[in-house]
Amino acid sequence: MTTPTTNILLVGVGGQGIILASEIIAETALRSGLDAKKSEVHGMSQRGGVVSSHVRFGPVVHSPLIEEGRADVILSFEILESLRWLNFLAPAGAVLANTQKIVPPIAAAGLTTYLDDPAAELAARVPGAVLVPADAIARELGNTRLVNSVMLGVLSTMSPLDVDAWRAVVAEFVPAKARDVNRTAFERGRALRAV
Amino acid sequence: MTKKLFSGDEAIARGAWEYGVRFASAYPGTPSTEILEAVAQYPDIEAQWSTNEKVAFEIAMGASIGGARTLVAMKHVGVNVAADPLMTFAYTGVNGGFVLVSADDPSMHSSQNEQDNRRFAAFARIPMLEPSDSAEAKDFVGAALEISETFDTPVMLRITTRTAHGKSVAELGERREHPLRNPGRIDREKFVMLPMYARRRRVVMAEREERLAAFAEETPLNRIEPGDRRVGFVTSGGAYAYVKEVWPEASFLKLGLTNPIPAGMIRRFAASVDRLIVVEELDPYLEEQIRILGLPVEGKSIFPAIGELTPDIVRACLAKAGLLEAAAAPVHAAVDGLTPRPPAMCPGCPHLGMYLALGKLRDATITGDIGCYTLGALPPVNALDTCICMGASIGAAIGIQKARGDGKNIVAVIGDSTFLHSGITGLLDAIYNQSTITIIISNNGITAMTGGQEHAASGHNLRGEPTYSVDLVALCKGLGVEHVFAADPTQHKAFAQLVKQETQADHLSVIVSSQPCVLYPQKVKRGKYAVEPEICIGCGACRKSACPALLKSDQKTEKGHFKTVIDGELCTGCGLCASVCPVSAIQPVEKGV
Repeated sequence: MTTPTTNILLVGVGGQGIILASEIIAETALRSGLDAKKSEVHGMSQRGGVVSSHVRFGPVVHSPLIEEGRADVILSFEILESLRWLNFLAPAGAVLANTQKIVPPIAAAGLTTYLDDPAAELAARVPGAVLVPADAIARELGNTRLVNSVMLGVLSTMSPLDVDAWRAVVAEFVPAKARDVNRTAFERGRALRAV
Repeated sequence: MTKKLFSGDEAIARGAWEYGVRFASAYPGTPSTEILEAVAQYPDIEAQWSTNEKVAFEIAMGASIGGARTLVAMKHVGVNVAADPLMTFAYTGVNGGFVLVSADDPSMHSSQNEQDNRRFAAFARIPMLEPSDSAEAKDFVGAALEISETFDTPVMLRITTRTAHGKSVAELGERREHPLRNPGRIDREKFVMLPMYARRRRVVMAEREERLAAFAEETPLNRIEPGDRRVGFVTSGGAYAYVKEVWPEASFLKLGLTNPIPAGMIRRFAASVDRLIVVEELDPYLEEQIRILGLPVEGKSIFPAIGELTPDIVRACLAKAGLLEAAAAPVHAAVDGLTPRPPAMCPGCPHLGMYLALGKLRDATITGDIGCYTLGALPPVNALDTCICMGASIGAAIGIQKARGDGKNIVAVIGDSTFLHSGITGLLDAIYNQSTITIIISNNGITAMTGGQEHAASGHNLRGEPTYSVDLVALCKGLGVEHVFAADPTQHKAFAQLVKQETQADHLSVIVSSQPCVLYPQKVKRGKYAVEPEICIGCGACRKSACPALLKSDQKTEKGHFKTVIDGELCTGCGLCASVCPVSAIQPVEKGV
C-alpha cells in the first residue's frame, strides 16, 4: 500500500445490516487511535436496493469516499454484488464475499436475469477471492441477521486493528439480547481464516 | 476530550444541544430526517415533527421571536415549502438565535430534483455556513447561532447528502444554557411587516449585509491554507474533502461562510496563486460571484454542474485540465449487465393492494405523490403517471380533469403523511371547484419512506409519546366531501369494486385505504400464508400484486402455467393474495405472535 489509509468497501443488498457493520469498523478504528470516516446513502436503498458503504481509517482521513481502484478490501454481503463493485478493488486488494444469493423480485419475475454462477465469475476475475459461507453459518446459529458478525469476524483476521477492540465494539453495537450469539458468529468468522 | 463518530445530522443535533438550542422542529425528508431524531435524544430541547416545512419554520420562527435559540431542519425541496416565511423573516430578523438547516441532495439519491439551495441564502440575503465534516457541522451550529444573534438575522446551515449521512469524528462538549433573549414585549415595528415597517427593514437588511461582508473577511470560518502556488482552490462543504484528498499539497481557500463571500480575502488569495479554481457541487455559485469581482477564475469549465462530486471525479477533471496526473485505470472492471435492484415495496406493503385494484382499471390516469408508493411508477407495478412534489397529486388530477373535461378514471394517489403535509388544500380546491376525481389516501399510519416518522394521524409524537390522532375520514367529511369511504386494501374484491365504482362516478370521492406499514413503527407480526399446491391453478392473479413474497413455483399445472409459492421468510401475513385467489388455494399457516 502506498497510502497509510485503509479503505474498506462494504456492499450488498438493503436490509442486510451493512450500515451497522460499517459503523462497527469505523468505531473499532477510532478506538484504535485512528481517524475514521465513512459514507453511504440512506433512503431509497433500504427497500431491497443496492447498498454500498465506504469506510476509511488511518492517521488522517480527508475524503469519506474511496476512489476507484483503491479499496484494500471489498466486503460483500451478497455474492453477485461483489462483481458490481470490482472497479473499486486495489491491485493487491482482497474480496471477501458471502456466498448467499439474493434474487431481486424483478429477476424472480423474469424481467431481468440473475447471473447463473456469480461465485465462479468472481473466482475467475479475482483468483484470491475468499468465499464465505456466512449465510449458512448464520442460519446454523439461528438468525440470518448474524451474517454481518460472521463477515466482520473474517475481516478482523486481515485487519491491522486490534482483535480485542473488534470484539468489544461488536458486542457493544449489536442488540443486547443477541450479544452472545453475535460473539459466536464473529468467532466463527475468525475461525474460517485461522490456519 | 471525548471523541465520537457522528453523522453530520447527529453532529448538528449535538451542536444544537451544546449551544443552548431550546426548540427544534422539522418535517422528515432525506437526508435531513436524522437531525430531529437525534435532537429527540436530548431532553433539554423541546423538539417536534411538524405538519410540513412551512409550519415547522413558522413555529421555529415563533420560538425565536419568543426569545429561544432555535433550529429548524428540512431537505432542500422543503425550503421551497418554507420559502414564504423565510423570505420575510429575513427582513424582520430574529430575537433568539435561529438556524435553518437545508440538507441538499446532489445526484438526487432520494429526491425529485437537485436544486442548489445556496441560491436561497443569497436570494433571502441571509448568511450561510457550509460544514465539510461532522466536527464542523457541530461547531457551525454554534457559529450560526452567534451570527444570528449578533447580526439579527436567520442563518442557513447548508449540508449535502454526504455531509449529512457520512460519519466522522467530533469532540464532545458540554451544554451552555442560553436564557431567553428579551422575553418581554415583542417589537412590533420589527415583526409586523406592513409595507411601512417592511420598507424600513429592507434598509436595515442592506446595512446588515455590509456588516456581514466585513465579518466574512475576519471570521476563522474562512481560512487560507497556503501550499503549492501553482494552483489555488476555492472550495467549501464536502468538495473541500475531495480536493484535499487528491491534492493535499495545493493552496486552499476553505470557505465556511459562503454568503456573503469574503471578497478581500479572495483577491489576496488569487494574487498568491498562478491559477484560481473553484471546486463546488452543482451550480457555479461561488464562481459567478468571484467572476463579478473581476478575477480570472475557472470552475465549471473543469468540473460538472450536474450531480455530486467524488474524489474520482475531482481527480479525473483535474487530470483532464492538465493539472494532475490521471489515476491509473483500475486493475479490475465492474461486471456489466448485472441485474439491477430497483427499490421495491415490501412484502405485505398495503400500497400493493391499492395498486392491484388500480391495475384493473382501463385507461385510468393516476397522479402520484411523494412516498414509498411512488415506487408504483416502476415495473412491475407501472401505475403512476405523474409525481412532481409533495401534495401535487390532487392538484394535478384536478387540472387533468380541467383539460379533458371529464373526471372519470382520474385518480390521485397520496399517502397519509403527504396528505396532511399539503394534500388537504388540494382537496379543498377539489370540493370548492366541484371536481369529480377520485382521491385515494393510502394510509399506513406513518411517514414510511424516510424511515418511519410520526405525523398528526399516527397517534404518537417525535418522542413516541401518545397524542391526538387526526381521523382522516372525519377530516374529509368535515371539509365537505360527500363520498368518503374507509376501505381495506388487503380485501381485494371489495376494494377493487369500490375503486371501480368511484372512478366511474360523476362525483368527487375520497377512499381512505388503511392498513399499517409492515416496517414502522415496528415490524408487523402476523400469521403467514401458504399456497396449497394441489389447489393452485397457476392463474398468477396473486402475483400481479407484485408482492416480493410471491414467487413462481417449480411446479406447473397441466396447462403449463407456473403455480405460486410463498416465501415463508418474506411473507408478513397481510392476506392480500388469499383475498385475490379465485380458488382459495392460499390459506393461513400459523398463528401470529
